[in-house]
Amino acid sequence: MMAQSKPRPVATFEPPRADFEILSRTVYGKPLVYLDSAASAQKPRQVLDAMNEFAITEYANVHRGVHYLSATATQRYEAARETARHFLNAGAAEEIIFTKGGTEAINLVSYSWLAPRIQPGDEIVLTVMEHHSNIVPWHFLRERHGAVLKWVDVRDDGSVDVDAFDAAIGPKTKLVAVAHMSNVLGTVTPLKEIVVRAHAKGVPVLADGCQGAVHETVDVCDLDVDFYALTGHKLYGPTGIGALYAKRAHLGAMRPFNGGGEMIREVTRDVVTYADPPVRFEAGTPPIIESVGLAAALDYIASFDRAAVKAHELSLLSQAREAVREFNWLRVIGDAPGKGAILSFEAEGIHAHDLATILDREGVAVRAGHHCAQPLMERFGVASTTRASFALYNTREDVDALVEGLHKARKILG
Amino acid sequence: MAMDDSLRELYQEVILDHSRHPRHFGALAGATHTGEGYNPLCGDRVKVHLVVDDGGRIADIKFEGKGCAISQASASLMTDMVAGRTVGEAQKLMGGFLHLVKGEDASDLVGDDRDRLNVMAGVSAFPMRVKCATLAWHTMKSALEGGIPAKTE
Repeated sequence: MMAQSKPRPVATFEPPRADFEILSRTVYGKPLVYLDSAASAQKPRQVLDAMNEFAITEYANVHRGVHYLSATATQRYEAARETARHFLNAGAAEEIIFTKGGTEAINLVSYSWLAPRIQPGDEIVLTVMEHHSNIVPWHFLRERHGAVLKWVDVRDDGSVDVDAFDAAIGPKTKLVAVAHMSNVLGTVTPLKEIVVRAHAKGVPVLADGCQGAVHETVDVCDLDVDFYALTGHKLYGPTGIGALYAKRAHLGAMRPFNGGGEMIREVTRDVVTYADPPVRFEAGTPPIIESVGLAAALDYIASFDRAAVKAHELSLLSQAREAVREFNWLRVIGDAPGKGAILSFEAEGIHAHDLATILDREGVAVRAGHHCAQPLMERFGVASTTRASFALYNTREDVDALVEGLHKARKILG
Repeated sequence: MAMDDSLRELYQEVILDHSRHPRHFGALAGATHTGEGYNPLCGDRVKVHLVVDDGGRIADIKFEGKGCAISQASASLMTDMVAGRTVGEAQKLMGGFLHLVKGEDASDLVGDDRDRLNVMAGVSAFPMRVKCATLAWHTMKSALEGGIPAKTE
């Protein structure tokens, strides 16, 4: 018998509104209420300042350069890699590859690691709640190499049944690719347990951490996950940069991705040899200024008590969830236990785009549509949903504005 | 709180009525032309079926599909207005409609056509929603320009 432990009291978290100047602006004469952070988060002054300072005082191209600024910029770029390593608790900085985003990170695994290993009929296991960025790269392998996509369903509440992976993973399975957190349902997958089940059958696991890395504390060693993809712009960082964590053993067995400068050891007229990871996978001039921004964003996140941030975001989710319970015309999609701070819903007789347009004129920014998760839309029998997502800078007043806007939309369109 | 005027214009009663009670909605037996439209932004789909007679006149038209209030109202209004016109007249009307919802010079729309389509003019204040308004019209155009020939049996 386990002793009942009370939840650890979390210090009251004060949303750092002042760090996000954009949040004090108005739209259509109304205060901005930004509830679309799952699509892209706003950037704090600390991130923007770091990029600006670097560009003004230390910028040059990285690597190879002999001069002072190139050496300085290279140090900053590699320091950013170390920051990302620390953020994910990876074993070595070499296991972090900078990409232009989460999508490129997953495409890199598809192209460089899995494609050469696929025989016709080999299987890739995914869940129905994946973002298109964790679906289409595998469809490429279906189209080009005869791979078979095997889909793990979610329960009606959006939760994931770990046992379903046991059934889906077979002798032909080459990879399990799952979202750490659903961008539509907010479901947090039991990633560690999925890895255990997959590894028991010798199958590696890729986690799409584009949402998960924002809201969960990630420890890739503890998770024992093989690949973990993240993107900077959802982590309060800049666009144009993301990262792939890959276990060192896999990295050594991956063919190069893009060909170009930086990723080579030597090029002759007849042959080319490649640099070691991670730069083998970073052809061309990388996102240098963005790497400084990403590092600043990860430092920014680390400057808070992450448990307190999570508790704050979940309290907003819970406030919104309770408020919409009284709207009998509104159906929430995704109520999995332990889910993160994303609320998706369908309104009876009101299309998501009409709802979002009316909320927009109230200053409330939400996302409406299929959220790049069409198989999930099909699973729940909807064409689209409206999604409010909560970040560390949101407040109870933001939720009030959302609820008020929903009342108004119903009045106009109901 | 006074309701936003542009919002009031976008979702005026005529639009909501068309969207809630679309005219010419459903399948069409004996269609000579069918077009399928898809808006990848929202995932909405629409089908437009037409019967074009030997004289090049739209003898009948229907649409199917689900979508937002704007796209449904626009499709309903379109079918209501082009039924009985020649293909050339329908295409000319479409040209005027596109000008109108994009906020461009729509002086080619006159008389009763202008009066009826004016209910959609509010869309021009919502650039993100113009595609909702034009989906059915583009679908009709693609049907008339070949589209997928409907089966006659």
